[in-house]
Amino acid sequence: MVHDAQLGHPGGDLSAADILASLYFDILRHDPSQPKSPQRDRFIMSKGHATGSLYATLAGAGFFPEAELDTYMQPGSRLNGHPNCQYLPGVETNTGPLGHGLPVAVGIAVAGQIDGADFRVFVLTGDGELQEGSVWEAAMFAGHRRLANLTVIVDRNRLQQGAGTEETNALDPLADKWRAFGWDAIEVDGHDIGALLDVLERRDGAARPLCVVANTVKGKGVSFMAGDVSWHHGVPTTEQLEQALRELDAAEAVR
Amino acid sequence: MTRLSETYVDCRQAYSSTLEELAAADPRVVAVVNDSVGSSRLTGFRKRFPDRLINVGIAEQNMVGVGAGLANGGKVAFVSGAACFLTGRALEQVKADVVYSKANVKLCGMSSGVAYGELGPTHHSIEDIAWLRPMKGLTVIVPADPWETEQAIRVAAATEGPMFIRVSRMPVPELIRDGRRFEIGKAECLRDGGDVTIIANGTMVHRALIAAEALAREGIDSRVLNMATVAPLDETAIVAAAAAGPIVTVEEHVVRGGLGGAVAEVVATRHPVAMRILGFPGFLPTGSAEWLMEQHGLTADGIAAAVRDVLGR
Repeated sequence: MVHDAQLGHPGGDLSAADILASLYFDILRHDPSQPKSPQRDRFIMSKGHATGSLYATLAGAGFFPEAELDTYMQPGSRLNGHPNCQYLPGVETNTGPLGHGLPVAVGIAVAGQIDGADFRVFVLTGDGELQEGSVWEAAMFAGHRRLANLTVIVDRNRLQQGAGTEETNALDPLADKWRAFGWDAIEVDGHDIGALLDVLERRDGAARPLCVVANTVKGKGVSFMAGDVSWHHGVPTTEQLEQALRELDAAEAVR
Repeated sequence: MTRLSETYVDCRQAYSSTLEELAAADPRVVAVVNDSVGSSRLTGFRKRFPDRLINVGIAEQNMVGVGAGLANGGKVAFVSGAACFLTGRALEQVKADVVYSKANVKLCGMSSGVAYGELGPTHHSIEDIAWLRPMKGLTVIVPADPWETEQAIRVAAATEGPMFIRVSRMPVPELIRDGRRFEIGKAECLRDGGDVTIIANGTMVHRALIAAEALAREGIDSRVLNMATVAPLDETAIVAAAAAGPIVTVEEHVVRGGLGGAVAEVVATRHPVAMRILGFPGFLPTGSAEWLMEQHGLTADGIAAAVRDVLGR
């Protein structure tokens, strides 16, 4: 998709892919034929630039035809560079500017709390994104309201657009920050599907919102992208694309 | 013709009593505030509907995002806070979470304009219309009196989609007229006249009417339009006014990008005619709201002077 569009954010797409797959193919209660059902679990892609993996996942889950992925960022396509809830079923709110997903998710969770509804609300944020103050306004309020129906997953790939998070504006100790804001916080390997499913299935009796710090690799699965900040936004050449697909297919076969 | 009541009242009471009434009738109605329960006059609402008053504390970005989330969860969210912070601090949330996402959120900008006169430009909200008006899909309403504030709140609750309503704390008289009807996007003609049209909204409407009365005694016949809806704009009424003669606009806002700018866009492209735009020049010195308005001609006398000027009299 990124190669066809000659645009995109492949590094962050790949770090988030296993998390998205865990959510859409196991955890979320959703029905693509009724994307506005009031009972649905909500998912908000707060790192809205990672549409490559989001759209592939939504198509795989049945929200729109997979063939449409070829139109990614083409003129007039529904597959905008950042997700748009008016264009695409399964998108809850328009994201793109960072730090917007969690406040909106908190509002949905509060609505569920008021109504005694049993849907859950999930947000996937980048880690660099946590430098935005609005995230912490929302985190503080979610802790205060004890929104046990809310789960945030941090794609902790330790790289932001220009450099590492720790050299730019350090986030560690990250799980402790969430705990201090009134959340439960767990660290997992964000590429271990079993471990992800284990923490995302909330055990009964949870009284606080949950933060899952998912340790990931930016550009996961592609040797020349993995851990390389220059692939935040970058477009592979045709040769690089072939190599990347070969490596990802090989990894899939092993799994 | 339109008369003015003798007593002057704050529009916030109309806001809160209407919201309580709507909440009693519709369980989806919720209020979201930023530690502004008192200044939004929502103490009574909190008493009656404690579960539906969501106070996020001093956090406007979160407040607006939470409002959008509540709308996603099926609520009709009235998000209210001081207009200066609601719009300035949370502008990107207004853009992305509310307007671009078409969330059913009603943004209520309390104590708008220069109501916090002495507190200075940080607390004045006289850039808000310029920030919000270009966002297509956001209805922007500046009510002139408590009745119009009430109508705007009722229509907001009954209409799906994003809306911004200024709720003034400046005492204003009630506009008294037979058969008054509030309609989004429709100018209200409060006085007909053929020499000039004064287009006003909010706290400036009654001043425009007083100016028109004074001008009538000089033989100048003024039409007065209450342009409560700034977006979408009643272009038909503006073109008709331009066809009749010059236009003077007046608003509790800076002279760039507000009602005057909106009217000028229509006049320049559809029916060019002489105009005067009354408002504030920019950041203001400290002083009472009334003093600030006097300093900048936002009074009946100032409006009348602008009318004489545009007519060359």
